[in-house]
Amino acid sequence: MTRIRTKPDPQRYTFDGFGTSKYPNFMLRGAGDMDNWTLSAYQEKWEGYRALRKALAMEPAAVTGEVKLSDLRGRGGAGFRAGMKWGFMPKDTPERKLIRYLVCNGDEGEPGTFKDRAILEYNPHQLIEGMIIAGWAMQCAKGFIYLRGEFGWLVDKLDAALQQARDAGYLGRDILGSGWDFDLLTYRGAGAYICGEETALLNSLEGRRGEPRVKPPFPAQAGAFGRPTTVNNVETLAAVPVILRIGGTQYAGIGTPGNSGTRVYSLSGHVKRPGLYELPLGLPLDFIMNDLAGGSSTGRRIKAVIPGGSSAPMFDPRDFDCPMDFDTVKARGSMAGSGGIILMDEATCMVEVALRLTRFYAHESCGQCTPCREGCNWMEMILHRIEHGQGRPGDLELLSSLLPRINLRCLCPLGDAACGPVESALVKFRSEFEHHLAQGCCLAG
Amino acid sequence: MNHPLTPETSEVPLAPGMRLPRSERRQLSPEAVAEIRAIAGCYPDKLAATLPALYIAQREFGFLSLAAMKEVAKALEVPEGHVFGVATFYTMFRKQPAGRFHLQVCTNLCCALNGARDLLAKVAAKTGAVPGEGPTADGMWSLEEVECLASCGSAPCLQVNEAVYDEFVDEARLEAILDACRRGEYLAWGERA
Repeated sequence: MTRIRTKPDPQRYTFDGFGTSKYPNFMLRGAGDMDNWTLSAYQEKWEGYRALRKALAMEPAAVTGEVKLSDLRGRGGAGFRAGMKWGFMPKDTPERKLIRYLVCNGDEGEPGTFKDRAILEYNPHQLIEGMIIAGWAMQCAKGFIYLRGEFGWLVDKLDAALQQARDAGYLGRDILGSGWDFDLLTYRGAGAYICGEETALLNSLEGRRGEPRVKPPFPAQAGAFGRPTTVNNVETLAAVPVILRIGGTQYAGIGTPGNSGTRVYSLSGHVKRPGLYELPLGLPLDFIMNDLAGGSSTGRRIKAVIPGGSSAPMFDPRDFDCPMDFDTVKARGSMAGSGGIILMDEATCMVEVALRLTRFYAHESCGQCTPCREGCNWMEMILHRIEHGQGRPGDLELLSSLLPRINLRCLCPLGDAACGPVESALVKFRSEFEHHLAQGCCLAG
Repeated sequence: MNHPLTPETSEVPLAPGMRLPRSERRQLSPEAVAEIRAIAGCYPDKLAATLPALYIAQREFGFLSLAAMKEVAKALEVPEGHVFGVATFYTMFRKQPAGRFHLQVCTNLCCALNGARDLLAKVAAKTGAVPGEGPTADGMWSLEEVECLASCGSAPCLQVNEAVYDEFVDEARLEAILDACRRGEYLAWGERA
């Protein structure tokens, strides 16, 4: 208990108009209030665990149906439809009873993203309730909450919250008289970005090196401990009680068709009002970064924005009008990813940015498959010499020729993620790379 | 992947002030072994307890020496090679001693855009610790450059050991954190309340 943080959190969670019907507050309820995490606060202030009672009165398949109706898409990065994923889980047959697991992916490691931390810190019970409902929908035997190692203090808090839920009868044997047993366990990773990939996470949860698995078999066939498993992001699971409470159709009405609901954007970098902004999907990027977050913090023009965590290719000002939903961002050549929006002003050297991100991916590559292990190190080496004024003629062509040899050729998306920022920087800010090669110094700043 | 492993410290002379794992312990305490076995019972497969067990060993030994890894393998009754492989895969399992206060500065993109480089240099100057190296001669500090700590919106950030976590760290805030460490207000590395 001693590790639970009690001092006020300096993060920004709100903006003018937040919490109204135009900008509903589903995920960040009570964020910033250090006492909001307890069961009593959740039940008294936020109608906690009412959605669970409603779900337990429904057939499990009907709960999955409600989530399908809501058209909820995974908030971890890929934007895969949660209801469809749940539907992949094999059902019991009269001859065979299966043990199924639910896993919550709380390995929030994507640079530029800090939304799950806030949900875990202020609304752990919303996640727990969402996991119990998801567990009921898929008739799971057990659930695991995998948190990144750096979230040690959140593990303690979550354990305390789980005990409160257990004491209140929401977890354990015969939950609320339904005859169904379910319990949740926390698991702490140990500092490996790759464990955010679902099969690497499963390996880590099994106490192994966090190396991604070859698919198939998919987790729904053979996941954690060889059993059918569904892995969902913290924010996805925390949205489930909201869907049950307001109804799937109502939830689908928020945002844009095919991109329903709200999501929590993390704004960082050269931005005047950094912090978390929960917004309906589909709002334009410039509205979020300028009107809500106040634009540049340095007074200089914003030159580039990473729209979905460090793995997403960068946008230059021509794309700042892009509506922030999964499909449009993808159509514009980037990805909505984890919702981490990073602003960079015109004094930022893009070579340095590319190098810093590549160094991260080279360090975090699990080393299992060759294109990523070797390719990321090569990219780092080349970018390092360009940045330090030792670039050689042909280095840019060499770098460009490496990209298609890594992209889409790896076991997991880490290799692709490493290519995104480098490729976009090379295409959109080529002059800066050329200046570095020719003059040995930065064009910007 | 680059995880250098220092030689078994219990068998080589330590630099003055280098902190030996508590009282040159070569074995896990019976309580720790009991804790590890209890955790193993919570999972469908005892192998799953490898990571939690390594955290416990790290707490007891101060860092994961070869002896610590062997003890974990023995407590869990799993192959030593498995434990060694896992311990060297994850960066939060330290393969070398830490100071009483292990300072971690994120230098990834969002923090870098907001002055993480300066912060790292300042911490190094104020404490005398070298990033990525072992503890300072008095055993007080060690410093490490780490990847994203999920504090991008309140960059730059600084983490002390496992518990304390500070955001928007400027010069004054940094001085306050270091003072709190010197006064012993924070738990030391590996210490449990």
